Amino acid sequence: MKLLAPLVAVFALAALALGGAAAGQYYLLGVVIPYVAFALFLFGFSYKIYGWAKTPVPFNIPTTCGQQKALPWIKGNELEAPSSTLGVLGRMALEVLVFRSLFRNTKANLEPGPDLSYESDKSLWLFGLLFHWSFLLIFLRHYRFFLEPVPFFVGFLEKFDGLLQITLPTFYLTDALILLGISALFARRVISPKMRYISLAADYFPLMLIGAIALSGMGMRYLHKVDIALVKTHIQGLITFHPEAHVIGATFYVHLLLVSALAAYFPFSKLMHMGGVFFSPTRNLANDSRVNRHINPWNPQIKIRTYADYEADFKDKMKSAGIPLDAD
Amino acid sequence: MYNLKWILPPFLAFLAILTYPLWSGPKGAMPELAKPKGEACVESATWMRANHMQLLDHWREEVVRNQSRVYVNQAGQRFEKSLTKTCLSCHNNKQEFCDRCHNYTSVKPYCFECHVDPKLSEVSHVQ
Repeated sequence: MKLLAPLVAVFALAALALGGAAAGQYYLLGVVIPYVAFALFLFGFSYKIYGWAKTPVPFNIPTTCGQQKALPWIKGNELEAPSSTLGVLGRMALEVLVFRSLFRNTKANLEPGPDLSYESDKSLWLFGLLFHWSFLLIFLRHYRFFLEPVPFFVGFLEKFDGLLQITLPTFYLTDALILLGISALFARRVISPKMRYISLAADYFPLMLIGAIALSGMGMRYLHKVDIALVKTHIQGLITFHPEAHVIGATFYVHLLLVSALAAYFPFSKLMHMGGVFFSPTRNLANDSRVNRHINPWNPQIKIRTYADYEADFKDKMKSAGIPLDAD
Repeated sequence: MYNLKWILPPFLAFLAILTYPLWSGPKGAMPELAKPKGEACVESATWMRANHMQLLDHWREEVVRNQSRVYVNQAGQRFEKSLTKTCLSCHNNKQEFCDRCHNYTSVKPYCFECHVDPKLSEVSHVQ
C-alpha cells in the first residue's frame, strides 16, 4: 500500500494530463495549473522558512566529528568541530555541495552467530550525489526556455552534457545519470527489509514523481517530439503574464502537470530539506559552547536580586547588628 | 524571529534568482521566419516543426550507408533525400529560417559544418 498509493497517484496525474490534452483543456493544463503550482511553491516555501525563522534554538547542539578548539597546543579540527562562523560556513558548504555526512553512512549486518557487524556504505552518498547534481544541471539547462536571449551557461552545460554526441537530438549524460541515481535511491528503499519497513508513501512519492518527470521529459526529447519553439513561446507568455493556450503535444502537458505537482507538493513534504538543511542546529551552530554562552530564547525573564540590592535595602539594620558591609 | 541577518539575505537572494525570469526585462516572442518558396513541405509543417531533425538524420543515414536517395512521403510524393537540393531549395534563407528558431531554443545543429549555406557560397563567389 505504501508503494502502490504513490504509484497510482503518479499514473493518475499523467493520465489526467493526457485526458485533459485530448479534451482540449490547454488553458487549464498550460496556464491555470502552472500558475497555481508556482504560487503554492513560493508561498509554501516562504511560509516554511518563516516558521523555522521564528523557532528558537534552545541549546548549542552542533554534531562534532573532530577535536574541538581548546588549548593552544591541541590542534582543533575546524571543519569537523567548527569554532568560528567561517568554519561553520565551510562545513555547511561541504555538506550542501558534496553531502559530507552521507559519506560516513554505515550499514549494520546481522550474520549467523549471531554477529552484528557494521561496515561503511557509500552507495547512498554516491547515488544521492548523482541524483541531486543531475537534477540541478537539468534544471539549469531548462533556462533556455525561460530566458531570451538564452543565458551563457546553458550553451556551456549543453556542450558538456552532450559530450558523447550520440543520437539525435544529442543524448545528455545527466538524463542517464538522474535515472541511475533515482532508480538506485528507490531500490535502496525497496530491496532492504529494514529500509522498506521504515519507508512511507511520502518517501516513495517524490522518487516516483521525479522519476516520471525525468522519463516524460526524455520521452519528449527523444521519442514523442514536440515543437520546442512553441514551448518556449508558451513559457515566455506565462512569465510575462500574457498567457495563451497553445496546442502542443500531449507529452509536454504530461511533463508540465507532473512538474506542477512537484512544485505544489514541494513545500509540504520532505523535499523541504532543500531549505531545511540550512536550519539544522546540529550543522549551523559553531562548537563554541566553552567560549560563548548560548542563551535560550525560551528562558523566562527571571527577576534577579543581587547581593548589592539586598545590602542596600537592609543597610541600617545590618550596620546596627554589626555586620560588615561590602559598600564600605 | 531569530537570526534574521543570516536568514533574510540568502532567502531573498533565493527568491530573486527563482523569479528572475519574471522580472528581468523584455522577453522574446516566437521568431518571424522567412517564407519558404514552395507550396508544401515534404511532410506537414506541424510534424516538421517537431521532427525535422530526426527526418534529416534518417535521410543522412539512408543516403550515406544504404545509397537510398528517394523519400516517399505520407501522401505518396517522391523527394530526393538531400538537405541542400530538397530542403534548402525552398527554405533558401538559412539565417532567417533555420538559425532563428535554433538560436531561440539554444539548439546547435552541426549540419552546416559540412553542408554549405547557398547564400554564403554566392557571397564568396562574388568576392
